[in-house]
Amino acid sequence: MKEFKILAVILILVGITYYGIEPYAHSVMHPEVAPADFTFQDVKNVDTKLTGNAENGKALVEANCIACHAIEAAGHPAVMSNADAAASYGVVPPDLSHAGRIYDANFLANFVFDPVSAMHLQHKYNAESGKQFPMPAYNWMAPQDIMDIVAYLQSIAVKVSDDKAGHKATFEAACGRCHNMQYAGIEATTPEENLKTYMGTTPPDLSQYIKSRGEHYLHSFVNDPQVLLKGTSMPRVGLNEKAQEEVIAYMEEIGDSKKAERNSLGIWVMAYMVVFAFLAYLWKRKIWEEVH
Amino acid sequence: MAKFKKADSMLEWFDQRLGVVNFAKVMMTEYWIPKNINFLWAMGVLLTMLFTMLLVSGIFLLMYYKPDVNMAFDSVNYTIMQEVAYGWLFRHIHAVGASVVFLIIYIHMFTGIYYGSYKKGREMIWISGMLLFMLFSAEGFSGYMLPWGQMSYWAAYVITEIFGGIPFIGDDLVVWIRGNFYVADATLTRFFMLHVLLIPLAILGAIVFHFYSLRFPHVNNEKGEFFDYEAESEKYLAGDKKGSKVIPFWPVFLSKDVFVMGVFLIFFFYLVFFHYSFAMDPINFDKANGLKTPAHIYPEWYFLWSYEVLRGWFFEIAGISGKSLGLMAFGFANVIFLVIPWLDRSPTVKPANQRPFFKYWFWILMVDLMVLTEFGKLPPTGPNAWVGFGASLTFLVLFLSLPFITKMEAKKAGRK
Repeated sequence: MKEFKILAVILILVGITYYGIEPYAHSVMHPEVAPADFTFQDVKNVDTKLTGNAENGKALVEANCIACHAIEAAGHPAVMSNADAAASYGVVPPDLSHAGRIYDANFLANFVFDPVSAMHLQHKYNAESGKQFPMPAYNWMAPQDIMDIVAYLQSIAVKVSDDKAGHKATFEAACGRCHNMQYAGIEATTPEENLKTYMGTTPPDLSQYIKSRGEHYLHSFVNDPQVLLKGTSMPRVGLNEKAQEEVIAYMEEIGDSKKAERNSLGIWVMAYMVVFAFLAYLWKRKIWEEVH
Repeated sequence: MAKFKKADSMLEWFDQRLGVVNFAKVMMTEYWIPKNINFLWAMGVLLTMLFTMLLVSGIFLLMYYKPDVNMAFDSVNYTIMQEVAYGWLFRHIHAVGASVVFLIIYIHMFTGIYYGSYKKGREMIWISGMLLFMLFSAEGFSGYMLPWGQMSYWAAYVITEIFGGIPFIGDDLVVWIRGNFYVADATLTRFFMLHVLLIPLAILGAIVFHFYSLRFPHVNNEKGEFFDYEAESEKYLAGDKKGSKVIPFWPVFLSKDVFVMGVFLIFFFYLVFFHYSFAMDPINFDKANGLKTPAHIYPEWYFLWSYEVLRGWFFEIAGISGKSLGLMAFGFANVIFLVIPWLDRSPTVKPANQRPFFKYWFWILMVDLMVLTEFGKLPPTGPNAWVGFGASLTFLVLFLSLPFITKMEAKKAGRK
């Protein structure tokens, strides 16, 4: 009985200390932020209730977008090499093959209308800084036309499998222009020196971000970087919830590739130790019977 | 040379050459331990086991780790964690073990303080134990730096910087320790050597010494009781196992230890497999960057109390800068436990709860250390800074008052 009391005292002291240096200190250093919002309600320049016409969208995309953007899925290869494109625009413009799938439709429509405000980058591209976002705003275009473009991009969007290969495709489409993922052999499509000028700093390699930032942080950060890192030049990418889940899943598949092995082996090792401790207890009791 | 006859068994063959039967008696079956002990006395065996696990997992990690600033981070986080079969298991056993070993050391150490196991006759046990604690601290610190993560880099930067506060030689000392003007490849390589060779060698020596120092004064017990080991052990050997106050190390004492070990290992492997991150700062998964300071720099949890004693002094007192005061307090905190046998001037060996003043002293110390630990991690701003100062001051006052408190206790006991 006495030994249980001693154990209880130790557990309480350790528990209080642990609470202070882990959950409590963490909550002080990383205060809660607004939850991730996948409705993108703050952007409402375009009435996204309009039903788009993919046929008309196709014509508009071919007239307005493919001068800069590749759309491999629709048979429009890139017009320039990555190096030339980065030299011209600062960053390689994205191939739009996945755009209709990975971006939220509301975000995408409003992005076309006014990219800078949709991405929450007004602090970087404004009249005072004199910096111009490489893509012009299509705010002169009728909302119906913008919705037609969105409908077209959705109609041609590449389908991907729900596995590591699919997650990789989403990751590359969403993050691959700027971020390396060394442990997956992924190199940013924009050359490093262009990126540094364009972003103001070299975007980090994401190989270990699932561990250094954790899923909880990434969940909010990817959704809206400004919430957690005010003033960052990382744009709000506008991923819908599913695409974001795929990106985070891929980061875990690469950054914590042994998770499944760890969890399945862990159960067995702990079960073994439980049996061990039980047998050890019986042995102890037998031996101590002789001395007590 | 002695005369050798043909051995009838393997045991006898070895016994003739190495005296294994006598050795086993001295080390195990006739190494006497008091019977009235609780599971806190199993901590020594737990520590031996943890040290062995650290040594073995460390050897496996050593096969793939590269002590080079350009390769260290990836050799740990990619090669060991992802490419080597079960490399992740060895890393997590090593990292969790390194953290948990300090928890057990602290329990071991405060058990010693609570039961007065450092007192007259047992000073060398205490001193060799504290020496082990210091060596483990150096080992932990040098090892923390090896993965070359952001926090390990900046912790190394801050800790080496502390030596700059030493008068006259400080600045040169810092450069000498780092092997460069800043924390760089030379620092990593030498910390690697310290971590895998010099300090482990010293630890092995100190463990042997710590065990040896137990043999003459013997292990203390739950009541601080004194008894005649020879008479008691003879009783045991004569068959009066129930009447004897002592038990042999093997199998009686160890059977209890093995059970404690089993329970402990359930907890340990839970951490290794399902909660390894408690022992790993997420910031350390960012590669070291000397140009980018993390928002908060703090050491591992087991150094937080002494770190808080260091930084608790944030203003000038009597013309001495806060930094210098902190450094002095830090130096004090790191040696004061060593001399506790001489600070405690009461000759009675009893558990703290049976001592009129010491019991309060002990629990205030525990609370103070917990406060120091918790505030050592929080940003030292606003009220936090004052709590840190108060707790640091309390720490000093506690130790400075210990001789007087215990003297009073001795007088009170003498009057009875």
